Amino acid sequence: MDEALNFHYDVDGENFTSAGNASVQVKRKLRQLGFPPELIKRVSIAMYEGEINMVIHANGGKADVLVTPEVITIVLADEGPGIADVALAMREGYSTAPDNVRSLGFGAGMGLPNMKRYTDSMDIQTKVGVGTTITMTVRVS
Amino acid sequence: MTVSELALKMNLTPLSLPDGDREINGCYAGDLLSWVMGRARADNLWFTIMNNINVLAVASLADVAAVILAEGVMLGDKEIEAAKAKGINVLTSEKSTFTLCYEAGKLVL
Repeated sequence: MDEALNFHYDVDGENFTSAGNASVQVKRKLRQLGFPPELIKRVSIAMYEGEINMVIHANGGKADVLVTPEVITIVLADEGPGIADVALAMREGYSTAPDNVRSLGFGAGMGLPNMKRYTDSMDIQTKVGVGTTITMTVRVS
Repeated sequence: MTVSELALKMNLTPLSLPDGDREINGCYAGDLLSWVMGRARADNLWFTIMNNINVLAVASLADVAAVILAEGVMLGDKEIEAAKAKGINVLTSEKSTFTLCYEAGKLVL
């Protein structure tokens, strides 16, 4: 693998049940590329949490995954409502998810904390009323 | 112990069992999906009462050995087909999550 591979996905905001398709596809591709299982788990869980967030809060968005032999970069961009208080959103257990989402087993306030926990770096660019872009990296050690 | 062996010993009903020879290395119980994803380990049994399609995505991403549905919870036909297609073991039982954890703990841990 001499050059970076780039995978792009449109995350459908209308269809809650298809959320996770992009993460599962990324998981499959990383497995085909021969990355270790623990790294694949970290990347795919961080991406799944981000996907679910975009479906719950932002009516979908775009996901890009850049794969090099050294690092895997995940960029999730949406045009949703933005995050008013990032520090609060990062707190475990804090959630603004509606009841219908909670009844599906989401909305535990663990999404962003899980994304941070499973990645080596996470950057949140957000503006209320404009959208949010989250960039995460996982190093291939 | 494998998932098939456990199913026999605990009288679990298989809904999808494409990988019955999968070895079990521990257990996790919970219904909040992000919590499960963050804490369940690969090759764990996962005990839950949730049965929507997202459960299958979480089971796949967390790489659990099997999903065990408690309290007689079932999967829909569409979810059963999806579980088989994704190679995810899903079994169900009338027993409570606690009782299942107690019984499985004695066998697996």
